[in-house]
Amino acid sequence: MTGPLDRRFGTGPAMAGYPPSSSASLADILERVLDKGIVIAGDIRINLLDIELLTIKLRILIASVDKAKEMGIDWWEHDPSLSSRHAGEELGAARDDGALAAENERLRAELAQLRRERLTDGAAAEPLSEPEERPARTRPSQRRSRP
Amino acid sequence: MNDPAAGPAGPVGPADPTAPARPTGPAAPAAPAGGAGTLTYVYAVAEPSPALDGVLAALTGVAGRPVTLLVPPDPGPGPGPGPVAFVVSDVDRPDWTEEALKVHFEDLDWLGDTARAHHRVIEALAARTTVLPLRLATLYEDRDRALQALRAQRADFAERLARLRAHTEYGVKVYVRPAGATAPAAAPGPASGLSPGKAYLRARRAQHHAHEDHYRQAREAGERIAAVARRCGAAHARHPVQRGPLAAPGPGEAGENVLNDAFLVPDEVADAFRAAVQEVAGALPGVRVELTGPWAPYSFAAGPTPPPPVP
Repeated sequence: MTGPLDRRFGTGPAMAGYPPSSSASLADILERVLDKGIVIAGDIRINLLDIELLTIKLRILIASVDKAKEMGIDWWEHDPSLSSRHAGEELGAARDDGALAAENERLRAELAQLRRERLTDGAAAEPLSEPEERPARTRPSQRRSRP
Repeated sequence: MNDPAAGPAGPVGPADPTAPARPTGPAAPAAPAGGAGTLTYVYAVAEPSPALDGVLAALTGVAGRPVTLLVPPDPGPGPGPGPVAFVVSDVDRPDWTEEALKVHFEDLDWLGDTARAHHRVIEALAARTTVLPLRLATLYEDRDRALQALRAQRADFAERLARLRAHTEYGVKVYVRPAGATAPAAAPGPASGLSPGKAYLRARRAQHHAHEDHYRQAREAGERIAAVARRCGAAHARHPVQRGPLAAPGPGEAGENVLNDAFLVPDEVADAFRAAVQEVAGALPGVRVELTGPWAPYSFAAGPTPPPPVP
């Protein structure tokens, strides 16, 4: 097809001032490919609850945080990759917000385990290199041992 | 990964034994038609055409896989709906089972890459033809299963494609600029003759008024853009406003997103629509209007019939 259809998506100056959607923001793309577009029944099914959870989670990433908090969904507050406030102290105190929180919990535990292993391995080489990065579980005992 | 504990991915029947010989679409030369190691990933529905072959050959799909057209071997009887095809890739099964997807979807890097790859394919198609975008991760056991699904929904797909022909989606987002951005300096010089306290209060009041004014302008922008859309005969879809960390505005783009709409605009008035939206933006200094697109008709693929254009 020729004419305006070609020009619409072309790389020429016709598009000046309008970012081509290939450079569109990830938020805009996720919004469309996950939340819009036709749903048809495929052979591989993510179960309905998972889809809902996923949609809610992504909605939080790209939509209103306040709204999500109203709904009682605040998993990102406990997700170290999404929140700088999370320092690890809440490891044992995370509220149970259902399967999502449980899964985050499990992943964090694995992460902490990996960190512990790495720390143990590297302890001889650089014992005090990253005091702030120590896993949360070592902190209470450290504090208690202090006078 | 092969997890023996992972069950089969849903109730999957055997490949249809009555299925005819595999289609040899012009864009799918000797491509493996599914198989034990792969699944069939479907991006979109489109009308097959020679113009698409070149486009697809140059594309890389999800997981870096080539993209091909899956055309039903029987074009359908008589004067029914036009031919429709799936746009597909064969993807490695272990990465796309129900269990694997559950894990992948937690990984924003994987999800972002995959979403962009999915979008890239749809965008390239949309530049050449009318396309029905499918949601991310629509998967079939193999190409035969995909063809069954395609045949079963052929009439519906053809009808939707016909509705969307010669229309393009655009996104319009309205942001309220922070009041401080255009308010006068909060600390006026001594020349103003005011005491520091009075000057401060006056500046605060001015900022408060500016804040309210920006919101008023945002409402105004929304109304004017809606009027532009009505004039252009554009269908309208409202998305939730964007506020999360992923949607954080870039430097110099501060502001609160208060409107996040999509419009399905007839191609013949697309330029006029975009110009009119920009004009609205230019007339209201308290808001920032972001126009995105052209998009494939993601927000309208499943929706009601767009209204006829108003002359």
